[in-house]
Amino acid sequence: MTFINYASREINCKIVYYGPGLCGKTTNLQYIFDSTAPQAKGKLISLATETDRTLFFDFMPLELGTVRGFKTRFHLYTVPGQVFYDASRKLILKGVDGVVFVADSQEERMDANIESLYNLEENLRSQGYELMNLPYVLQLNKRDLPSVIPAQELAAELLRKGEPVVEAVASTGVGVFDTLKAVAKQVLTELRRS
Amino acid sequence: MADTPIILRAQQYHQIKAVLARLRLDSSARVAFLVDKDGQEIAVHGEVGDLDTTSLASLAAGNVAATGGMAKLIGEKEFPTLSHEGERESIHICVIGRMLLVVVFDDRSSLGLVKLRAKQVSNELSNLFAEIERDARREDMSASPFAEITDEDIDSLFSQ
Repeated sequence: MTFINYASREINCKIVYYGPGLCGKTTNLQYIFDSTAPQAKGKLISLATETDRTLFFDFMPLELGTVRGFKTRFHLYTVPGQVFYDASRKLILKGVDGVVFVADSQEERMDANIESLYNLEENLRSQGYELMNLPYVLQLNKRDLPSVIPAQELAAELLRKGEPVVEAVASTGVGVFDTLKAVAKQVLTELRRS
Repeated sequence: MADTPIILRAQQYHQIKAVLARLRLDSSARVAFLVDKDGQEIAVHGEVGDLDTTSLASLAAGNVAATGGMAKLIGEKEFPTLSHEGERESIHICVIGRMLLVVVFDDRSSLGLVKLRAKQVSNELSNLFAEIERDARREDMSASPFAEITDEDIDSLFSQ
């Protein structure tokens, strides 16, 4: 849910990175964190297990600059990807302004992608949202790995509404900012429309 | 979008700050701040220093969401207050509608006093927020600066 503060001239929006376990959601945030100037970001909070699997969420505030005299701040969240953390995923979607679905391009993860995308639609609905009406980007991650499904084929399977599709290698930063830009643009455009 | 955006006017912001300032003084707390249930910090007052209030806001919301989830599992609607007591610093969180009142305090105060004072301002904050929500629903977005946002404005954010 967008928060507009006229007193401090700020807009705050919430973006959630969703996807199956180990697809690279935290890696996206980590890359953004590592490549952003210190004054534009807050801390990267990671509520992870001892083996670095996301337990509840990762969070990072990011200031992009000013638009029409308002500071735009995006709160980036990831959800835990593992299937049994569904209750947590639902909670994190509350108040979301835009979603990035990070798909794992490897052939053996196709079922996990489909299951997670279905789970996203279900959980959005339980919070009163429809994926069709929400700013949304599909990221095809891990494009550098040997067993990847061709991008077109993967997109055909996962595409929901003609959303922007970004090919990425989050570990090296390929496509990470393009993804963020694509979703941020839709969120801000939504502000104009609403 | 499912929720109405929160649109806070300068006057309302200062009213909230004034309530937080009074609460902080009356409860001898270190910091008092208001956060929405989605983790956005609305206003803060007190000895902030190097306290990372943005992260604290997000974690407080996560905390309330998680305990709210537990409440539902045992047949409760929600847990309206949460307290965490540390060796030196403690936190008290009070759920007020879609807002969370978060008070950070140390041994200059006590949990009992903070709870009492937080409860006393709850109604006032609740009324203020009802007014803000009414205004947001009436808001004519065509008069807002965002109605004029262009693709160039958005692109320029990523080149700054």
